[in-house]
Amino acid sequence: MAFEYAPAPESRAVVDLKSSYGLFINGDFVEGTGHPFKSVSPATEEVLAEISEASEADVDAAVKAARRAYTRTWSKMSGAERAKYLYRIARILQERSRELAVLESLDNGKPIRESRDVDVPLVAAYFFYYAGWADKLEYALPQSANGGTHPQPLGVAGQIIPWNFPLLMLAWKIAPALACGNTVVLKPAETTSLTALLFAEICQQADLPPGVVNIVTGAGETGRSLVGHPDVDKVAFTGSTEVGKAIARTVAGSNKKVTLELGGKAANIVFDDAPVDQAVEGIVNGIFFNQGHVCCAGSRLLVQESVYDDVLARLKRRMSTLRVGDPLDKNTDVGAINSSEQLAKIRELSQIGEDEGADRWSPTCDLPDRGFWFAPTIFTGVSQAHRIAREEIFGPVLSILTFRTPAEAVEKANNTPFGLSAGVWTDKGSRILWMANQLRAGVVWANTFNRFDPTSPFGGYKESGYGREGGRHGLEAYLAH
Amino acid sequence: MASPAALRRFLHGLPGVDQVGAEARTATLSTRSIKTTAKAWALDLATSMIDLTTLEGQDTPGKVRALCAKAQRPDPADQTCPAVAAICVYPDMVSTAKQALGHSGVHVASVATAFPSGRSSLDIKLQDTRDAVAAGADEIDMVIDRGAFLAGDFTRVYDEIMAVKQACGSAHLKVIMETGELVTYDNVRRASWLSMLAGADFIKTSTGKIQPAATMPVTLIMLEAVRDFREATGRMIGVKPAGGISTAKDAIKYLVMVNETAGEDWLSPEWFRFGASRLLNDLLMQRAKLTTGRYSGPDYFTLD
Repeated sequence: MAFEYAPAPESRAVVDLKSSYGLFINGDFVEGTGHPFKSVSPATEEVLAEISEASEADVDAAVKAARRAYTRTWSKMSGAERAKYLYRIARILQERSRELAVLESLDNGKPIRESRDVDVPLVAAYFFYYAGWADKLEYALPQSANGGTHPQPLGVAGQIIPWNFPLLMLAWKIAPALACGNTVVLKPAETTSLTALLFAEICQQADLPPGVVNIVTGAGETGRSLVGHPDVDKVAFTGSTEVGKAIARTVAGSNKKVTLELGGKAANIVFDDAPVDQAVEGIVNGIFFNQGHVCCAGSRLLVQESVYDDVLARLKRRMSTLRVGDPLDKNTDVGAINSSEQLAKIRELSQIGEDEGADRWSPTCDLPDRGFWFAPTIFTGVSQAHRIAREEIFGPVLSILTFRTPAEAVEKANNTPFGLSAGVWTDKGSRILWMANQLRAGVVWANTFNRFDPTSPFGGYKESGYGREGGRHGLEAYLAH
Repeated sequence: MASPAALRRFLHGLPGVDQVGAEARTATLSTRSIKTTAKAWALDLATSMIDLTTLEGQDTPGKVRALCAKAQRPDPADQTCPAVAAICVYPDMVSTAKQALGHSGVHVASVATAFPSGRSSLDIKLQDTRDAVAAGADEIDMVIDRGAFLAGDFTRVYDEIMAVKQACGSAHLKVIMETGELVTYDNVRRASWLSMLAGADFIKTSTGKIQPAATMPVTLIMLEAVRDFREATGRMIGVKPAGGISTAKDAIKYLVMVNETAGEDWLSPEWFRFGASRLLNDLLMQRAKLTTGRYSGPDYFTLD
């Protein structure tokens, strides 16, 4: 008998959508002087709101507000006082979690199950975690590095975040910066500005002193104004490797400190002694979580040849149970692709995969007529020489390769310009430790994938960027020492 | 069957279970939101899958007859409510139950083999089984020798299940693994395969006398086992979580897990059962709520 799940949509009523949104500068919402743009729901192409674009003058106003707040208020305040604000923000984030989750799913296209159970709880957790550090910063750095003095904030941080985890990336950026005594000007991605603007409202609700947090919306031009602004002391960027390189070029020779968290092409490595059912879950979670819009996604599956057939059969069966559709339906596993541009890129690279001779497979699934959709897809018969094994697709597309020995697995896993994350699946503890030492990736997950925690540092090797976010290490990027 | 060494090698060669991963999977499945038409369908299916159970020293013919009446007409006020799958009793109550149920289609299941501990000689266990079958039991719920399993004597467990299966004749055999005593998920997977290889028609989690009884992760491991066993042999085995499932909400979570793990072929009383006593009334209350839009008090549902 077939078990048909009836639609179970989360109500939109909890969200109070305005027809237009301004910039958040010096504690107030103001009109931007650039050309306003529209934010659409990727699931339906419905226009959600009109967003102000921050011109160079607006960015300058935001940086000035941040500088004022830094000099007059925030850097003078004791750590314990700053912590009170951060704790208050964290609690409000929890109180308004449903509203944040619904708005995030509306604007980004990710399933409500993820925004509700992963994104928003983690956002609050990062604020709670860094609130705890605010009055303990003298313990944050290795003693030799700070020479026994008190570490100092850097000043004004210009922060640019991507569209895949709009709120979570905001939390990764703003929480440590504020805990360390910096003030920020943050630019959300142009397709996903809405939750950052709701966060601005939460800053008002928490009575955060004006200018400590400023949000400037816009696209690449706004970002360039922010990165190039002479009064910005620190640039933090999460996004594509291409833009990351441009930022590094812009700030070269200046006094600005930079952290970059860029692309990835992570290997998820399954050995023949792996707990196979959980490994299959990990493969699915590794590449189909958030539609594969994850910089640390396990987009290259390396399976030991001796269990290849079994793993592939189990993976296909499991993929057939994935529910693709309305992001606001509580039973949806895979939501909408964030934008038509991203959809075009995923389609193009998938076509290249086919053209280069790899075998493409997707489970049968009905995709909605409107909106941006891409069925979960795997490619078999992929080798290191295929473009789909080398380039970041940033979508629900998995390339499957095989290996024979642990050494070969390591060689293939490391044979990429990226180095953000990796996964190892085996029942053998000693092999996990050996692999973790060999893999050149900032995060190595053992018998799990895509797990995040505020206490754990995150960041890349090679073209995946530099600097660490999260944990004690994440404080170093916002402190002078 | 192969030598003890070969059996041991086979069971230890099964893929391991990662505890954290298995528990995370069931937690995710538990977030499925089953509403309206899907809920109504699931409530009726769960009702039809119940092995309505009384396994107490204080059981009397009167108590068993009352339970049998309830099994056939769970909600006297609503004739559309399906009957449960079976009544589950001790062997000495089988004839009473059989008489009370007549040709209603509700099966009589009997525990046997020195239930619940299984600490007795094989002869006594077999005689226990034969008595229940002779009294008319349609299904036998046996317990495995957990002591032998934990001591690594898989052959002893295997031979015992085979012997009981033979003593069952045409009665269906459910093998209770008492997963609360096997403790690890690796053990649950091995015991599941051992039982299936030895001829079980159903694998069942628990006696209900040991805590923890049925849990979602344990049932997940068993559902994976029956799914893989069918892939390997073509033979389909049923699954019965028993003990501790007392709410309609929990029952629906299990059905979602069946659906997304073993598949819809298992969504029938022939292949999936709930061993439960308290669950039925909660299903009935939720059912009435769905039809009438209101919750009735517990006095509107019968006690047995």
